[in-house]
Amino acid sequence: MSTGVLRFKPINVGRYLTWGLFALLLILAPLVFSQGFAITMLTQMGIWIIFALSYNMLLGQTGLLSFGHAVYSGVGAYFAMHALNMLSSGALVFPVTLLPIFGGLFGLAFGVIFGYVTTKKSGTAFAMITLGIGEMVFAASLMFPSFFGGEGGISGNRVVGKPFLGITYGPATQVYYLVALWTFVSMIAMFAITRTPLGRMANAVRDNPERVEFVGYNTHMVRFLMFALAGFFAGIAGGLSAINYEIVAAESLSAQRSGGVLLAAYIGGVGFFFGPVIGAILFTFFVVYIATLTQAWLLYLGIFFIAMVMFAPGGLASIILMNLRVAKAGLFHRLWKPYGWLAAAGLIAFLGFVALVEMTYRLSDTGGGAMSLFGITFDVRSALPWIVGALVLGVGGFLYRLTWIRFRDQWDDIQRIIQERTA
Amino acid sequence: MEFFLISLLNGITYGLLLFMLSSGLTLIFSMMGVLNFAHASFYMLGAYFAYQISGYIGFWPALVLAPLGVAVLGMLVERYGLRTVHKHGHVAELLFTFGLAYLIEEAVHLIWGRSAVSYGVPKDLDGTLFTIYGTAFPEYRGFMMLISVLMLVALYLILTRTRIGLVIQAALTHPETVEALGHNVPRVFMLVFGGGAALAGLAGVIGGNAFVTSPGMALQLGAIVFVVVVIGGMGSLAGAFIASLLIGLLQTFSVALDWSLAGLFRPVGITFPADTFLGEVWNLTLASAAPVLPYLLMVLVLLFRPRGLMGTRDT
Repeated sequence: MSTGVLRFKPINVGRYLTWGLFALLLILAPLVFSQGFAITMLTQMGIWIIFALSYNMLLGQTGLLSFGHAVYSGVGAYFAMHALNMLSSGALVFPVTLLPIFGGLFGLAFGVIFGYVTTKKSGTAFAMITLGIGEMVFAASLMFPSFFGGEGGISGNRVVGKPFLGITYGPATQVYYLVALWTFVSMIAMFAITRTPLGRMANAVRDNPERVEFVGYNTHMVRFLMFALAGFFAGIAGGLSAINYEIVAAESLSAQRSGGVLLAAYIGGVGFFFGPVIGAILFTFFVVYIATLTQAWLLYLGIFFIAMVMFAPGGLASIILMNLRVAKAGLFHRLWKPYGWLAAAGLIAFLGFVALVEMTYRLSDTGGGAMSLFGITFDVRSALPWIVGALVLGVGGFLYRLTWIRFRDQWDDIQRIIQERTA
Repeated sequence: MEFFLISLLNGITYGLLLFMLSSGLTLIFSMMGVLNFAHASFYMLGAYFAYQISGYIGFWPALVLAPLGVAVLGMLVERYGLRTVHKHGHVAELLFTFGLAYLIEEAVHLIWGRSAVSYGVPKDLDGTLFTIYGTAFPEYRGFMMLISVLMLVALYLILTRTRIGLVIQAALTHPETVEALGHNVPRVFMLVFGGGAALAGLAGVIGGNAFVTSPGMALQLGAIVFVVVVIGGMGSLAGAFIASLLIGLLQTFSVALDWSLAGLFRPVGITFPADTFLGEVWNLTLASAAPVLPYLLMVLVLLFRPRGLMGTRDT
């Protein structure tokens, strides 16, 4: 009488291997890059990975373009910071390790409250409403200084309670491992969500909401659930940032942060689960490192973003995957040379552009004078450097166009070959 | 009475300014389905262009030249940016304009610096127009009103009385048919985008010196303009007009009123200490809550009338 169903579920070796390698990478990274600066950067990368992935639950998986995602990470950060201060004063007993969940729960709560209103709409209207809600929360945070601490924000001390197995979260390395642990767990959880019926329905709502309604699902409910869950993970990222920086200011609710996470996720590639991870790493690198080199880093990032929107809407992840496909077909050797030319021409144009931008900054900042760039010292107020910069940019741009045509011919040819093979 | 009249006039001025932005945004949205995130950036550029031009040849030429410059820029953006992105869909278009807003803000940082520039009211208009109950109403506010109303009338006449206006109106609903009749619809799109940008630029020229010309002005006003469009109903010019005036009046009146919930109870002898969080909520004055009110209104409209005041479609 057994009505058993034959189940065949092989262990997905590739997937376990990928996650295992990723875990190993998280463990080994601070041993390789052990300078204090690198550890700080790695910690921030972990936080941004969670944040960008939670954002991609909306944009990539449900097709909801949000301009106010910082609300949920910011609220999570504020509540986590208050919880941390309550730990310090003894009003609450709780290990610091679990503090991010506190941020997550409040992110979830606010995701439920605001999500119900915002997810009534989708598409463009949704985008505008999230922007409005983001601005509202930001403005409101400045109205209640006793909770939000005004412009200066609130601060705390993460070294509270008795050390557990020697872990105090005093040293930066311990904070890194805390973030790494949460990053790993959150990533697995968010990946798991993509495999659940809800995750699949979210994809369906993104692709064809009308058909989903006919099948009998409530698209508002699917969007709402995904929105609330995204709020949860954003709150975790916020809680971790509260522990990491030991201060939460109004900036963490700002439109700049919401825009930042959009940039990070999109540049990485919203069509793939791992895309935002790449984007978050790159974005953090820009924020932490490039920002120390030049004031114009946001301009470069913005141009990079626009270039991605116009020419590679799949983000870096899609570029990587397309090249992997070529490599898999054993045809990558044909691309080395075109890529080389492309890179050389691109570099020339890039140098010219950077020179012009930096000179403009110098001129508007200090009114000119001597400056040095790429090891050359010159006077910004003379015409020569401008002419040279413009020439380099022009020549580089022209060469880029030429090499681009050659590259595209080669690329199209390869794609045709691959298509014929698989057909 | 004095407070009421002055606030009313200021509110209408501000509301008309908002309409100069939201009308362009609405036209572009209903024609191309593109929500131009960079619309307020064109407003900012208008103010900065006018600041630069008026430094060389005075305010009056700037009043004409700055919007024209912004219009050219807008058309270039449509021709070489949006049209390329169009094939990737509406989200890509929205993202493109978002990136553009980012770039324009950074470019403004780059060229004019991070702090506000001293773009002042022109000398010819620095006087007092009239005095009500002892409060002066500046000439410049009157000038702003005049320009806005002229703009409004011109927009109405262009849309309803000229051939291009009729083509635009037809292209709003039936772009294919208009194209089949031999009109160059992409060029019409480009003109509308440029025209919308010019309107925003003009608003920047007259708004930049009435308020403040700084790199933050785009984001600040941009969010409000979006609220206006949502409240008015997306794609409805009449709705945008009503909502603009509504938000303009709401913001102008609320900043001047120090009413609070605690104030309601003060006559009966109940007071609330201001040092706790709840106390802050009770003692919050309408004036300090003013920045939040438009957004709250938006949420309320969404809850009870999701299509907006005059909207016809449930997007």
